[in-house]
Amino acid sequence: MGSVTVYGPPISTAVSRVLACLQEKDVDFKLVNVDMAKGQHKSPDYLKLQPFGQVPAFQDEHATLFESRAICRYICDKYANRGNQSLLGRSGGGPAERAQVEQWLEAESQSFNPPSSVLVFQLAFAPRMGLPQDPAAIELNQAKLARVLDVYERRLGESRFLAGDEFSLADLAHLPNAHHIFAARKDDMFASRKNVARWWEEISTRPSWKKVVDMYSAAPPA
Amino acid sequence: MGSVTVYGPPISPAVSRVLACLLEKDVVFNLVNIDMSKAQHKSPDFLKIQPFGQVPAFQDEHTTLFESRAICRYICDKYADRGNRSLLGRRGGGLVERAHVEQWLEAEGQSFNPPSSTLVFQLAFAPQMGLPQDPAAIVLNEGKLAKVLDVYERQLQESRFLAGDEFSLADLSHLPNSHYIRAGGKEELFTSRKHVARWWEEISMRPSWQKVVEMQRTPPA
Repeated sequence: MGSVTVYGPPISTAVSRVLACLQEKDVDFKLVNVDMAKGQHKSPDYLKLQPFGQVPAFQDEHATLFESRAICRYICDKYANRGNQSLLGRSGGGPAERAQVEQWLEAESQSFNPPSSVLVFQLAFAPRMGLPQDPAAIELNQAKLARVLDVYERRLGESRFLAGDEFSLADLAHLPNAHHIFAARKDDMFASRKNVARWWEEISTRPSWKKVVDMYSAAPPA
Repeated sequence: MGSVTVYGPPISPAVSRVLACLLEKDVVFNLVNIDMSKAQHKSPDFLKIQPFGQVPAFQDEHTTLFESRAICRYICDKYADRGNRSLLGRRGGGLVERAHVEQWLEAEGQSFNPPSSTLVFQLAFAPQMGLPQDPAAIVLNEGKLAKVLDVYERQLQESRFLAGDEFSLADLSHLPNSHYIRAGGKEELFTSRKHVARWWEEISMRPSWQKVVEMQRTPPA
């Protein structure tokens, strides 16, 4: 092992999505910090790894990848026999079962991520960076997120996790943004929905996620 | 065959993404129109197959799916041996090749799609629906899209298509929004960038996409 490297600060939601997946899969990795306050993510060397100048970037032997959800899919496929083997559907479940995970991973990406990302920036990062919050943006995106969570509430009344009865990459993908919303104590819309609250409690207490959260408060690696 | 059904109007970009994929894979399908002007996409029956009340929805035998990019991945996996077999990476290209397709498909979904969807609504659908355009939104999103296309310009200098030298799902996924942006008078975003222009010319002339454009012009049954 020792061939996997993740580039980026662990507190980044997209970086921590990849870290959670590596932890679930019991895959060893090196974490190389990228100091975004110093513009390291826009340096010519970094742009060779990630042409959009975003985090994370990822290397595994000779493969270089970007986009956290693509990296997660790769980790699940490449290390299929390690750690949690159900993240992209159970073994033997076939294309239909993988597709159930993929549709909820796309729902996270297309419906949950946009409004929750705005809230994470407004509630967790803007204060940290000394930037003013935008109450109109907060209100608008809380309303959008509430409609998404209404769909989740109905779905999670029918199944334990989003894609079925096993924890999957679809659930995992939600951990980073939801974590910051909870940490900012703006989680009423999760807590007020019975099935969503139950689901959140279950996925956020997974040992793999706790390890990632612990990394947030550790000093960044040199 | 005859087991595949797509629900939604072909003019919807997300619906047309799935149609393009089915045509590339030579998979026969039924298309069931959903009249969004009559809110059919919010009917209780439709919400059973698409809980967000969006199009498309998709059925194949006992499998029901939503989200166009998830449906496309399923079609490529389930019908791996039909039609174009390189959409998720070439055979023998292994996991790394698939991952390269996936990262550009995610780039489309995360970076290209948001500004281009706003432009598609503003340029193509708002006028049709008798809604006023928002010039500030158009300018803002043209700027965002230009930055994304700058990255594509550099990538497409190094490879024929986004993920490598074969047309893939990553390229296909760009067809619907790009088509409407060009038809809506903003082709300069593409044509002013030499390699993006070359790439667009090549992917939009594929017979599968030409068929989708034809379906978009045909009034629904």
